[in-house]
Amino acid sequence: MTYSQFGHMIPEMIILGIFIVVFLFDTFSNEKGKKLLTPLTTILFGLGTIAIWVTPASGEAVFGGMYVNDTATNAIKAILNIGVFIVLLQAAKWVNSDDAIVRKGEFYELLLVTVFGMYLMVSARHFLIFIIGLESASLPLAALVAFNKSKYESNEAAIKYIMTAVFSSAILLVGLSFIYAFSGGSLYFDDLAVTISQGQMSGLLIVALAFMIAGIGFKLSLVPFHLWTADVYQGAPTAVTSFLSVVSKGAAAFAFFVIFTQCFGAVYSDAWEWMMYGVIILTITVGNLFAIRQKNMKRFMAFSSISQAGYIMLGVMAGETLGLSALMFYVFVYVVSNLGAFLVINTIEEQSGYLSMDDYNGLHKTNPWLAFTMTLAMFSLAGIPPFAGFFSKILIFTSVTSTNSWALYMLVLVALINTIISLYYYLLVVKAMWISSDEPKVAALKTFRCEKVGLWLCVAGIVFFGLVPYIYQYCYDAVVNSIKVLDVIVP
Amino acid sequence: MDLSMLWYLVPSVIMLVCGIYGFMTRKNLIAILISLELMLNSADLNFVIFNRYLYPGSMEGMIFTLFAIALAAAETAIAIAIIINIYRAVGNTDINEVKQMRF
Repeated sequence: MTYSQFGHMIPEMIILGIFIVVFLFDTFSNEKGKKLLTPLTTILFGLGTIAIWVTPASGEAVFGGMYVNDTATNAIKAILNIGVFIVLLQAAKWVNSDDAIVRKGEFYELLLVTVFGMYLMVSARHFLIFIIGLESASLPLAALVAFNKSKYESNEAAIKYIMTAVFSSAILLVGLSFIYAFSGGSLYFDDLAVTISQGQMSGLLIVALAFMIAGIGFKLSLVPFHLWTADVYQGAPTAVTSFLSVVSKGAAAFAFFVIFTQCFGAVYSDAWEWMMYGVIILTITVGNLFAIRQKNMKRFMAFSSISQAGYIMLGVMAGETLGLSALMFYVFVYVVSNLGAFLVINTIEEQSGYLSMDDYNGLHKTNPWLAFTMTLAMFSLAGIPPFAGFFSKILIFTSVTSTNSWALYMLVLVALINTIISLYYYLLVVKAMWISSDEPKVAALKTFRCEKVGLWLCVAGIVFFGLVPYIYQYCYDAVVNSIKVLDVIVP
Repeated sequence: MDLSMLWYLVPSVIMLVCGIYGFMTRKNLIAILISLELMLNSADLNFVIFNRYLYPGSMEGMIFTLFAIALAAAETAIAIAIIINIYRAVGNTDINEVKQMRF
């Protein structure tokens, strides 16, 4: 092994470098220096984001082919990095509040380790690296969910999260051990695709596939495995909730795509595509129906993000270049829209403590700009035309229908009907803010500099991502230029 | 006596089923954690058995098990830490005490 191999893992090395700097600074600085921790981390991470956007991916397989950073994985990392950056901006005020300030270094360190794990998971081309990435993405998150130690809800959310996370990873490991039995002694994605396509159809492998879907479905909160979502989202600190709902979901969706199209695409696509068919319909429908009756904004966003995860998974059904590029574009748009909504929720919760939808009545009278941003985010999530969400939905629907199968047309029909249902509950929030004649409960709030930057980034993203063709072109080119991701071996 | 692979797989499956059953029926957080450990260990056992009997020439399953054990230890550590927090908050580790957030 030569150390030059680390040179091909540029995004991971950048995150690791920032982590080490933040960790050393947090450990050795005095009380006065600790005030600089928030700006230091945020600025370093912003620079790191720019660096990941501009450095080209080498596409070389390192560590014996266990890890590949090609253009597609580099693009998804760059996209997720923007999400993490906005989360850092959103958290800047909260980590310096009296409750959290003693532990603020830990918040940044845990967050960075989580991001590192996610990038490892995205780039993995061997199941060992994938599992390590998955675990180092989900274990620090449990600690982050429990971050508000003094609040009871935070603890309850954390215990629910860690128990379901460990349960799902145990199921995933059992499924993986079955796959290992058929693998010919190698768990590389490429080798698996070859050995599986040469072997016979086996019932045990289909069980293993179901276990894998269950294991990763927990991360993505697809529907039969979604029960933790609402409770954890409600109890966790709002910055952590937005991180959970956006970044963790985007990384898991990409890894899911890679594993299922690359390892099992050639032979078992019939088996897992039908499982996913049912799971997607359930996810979109149940997520929507439960979102209608939620009054707490964080629970509301939880169910909305469950149904959005169903839409993201449509990209996996489509497969191929179009499916992956549509998935990446959807994740990108979802990052800005969802974080825009969470920024507003966070600002209002931090300063006034209000979290219920009724408290948003007449918000436009006191906080027109917050109401405006929230409206844009809701329009984008619902898919109303001039905003980015419309284009991402159109692209993901066209990618699914391009395969010309009747079953998939029906799937898109179900998704379309659900889009209309989702319009109802997203507009409930807009109605509360603009049309309700009640006296506004929330007083005029002052947004802080960091939050302002985050809000502007989100608004710009929501308005321009759909209209500027470069963004989708970027995703598409990244997928086309990557060699490894879509390299499905046909027997 | 020469034992076939099946004799080793049966205890592993029993462990898995006991783990899932315990996870669903136990009321104490520590007991639930023990059930989870049973499930993880059953997966580890599977890896070792398959490696030993099917692919004795390579070590991939064994190495995987070593990593999986380390990950299971990390998971337990965090879960225990959170359970201690719960204990401080409500005074015991019964799951009937941690159900304020519902529906």
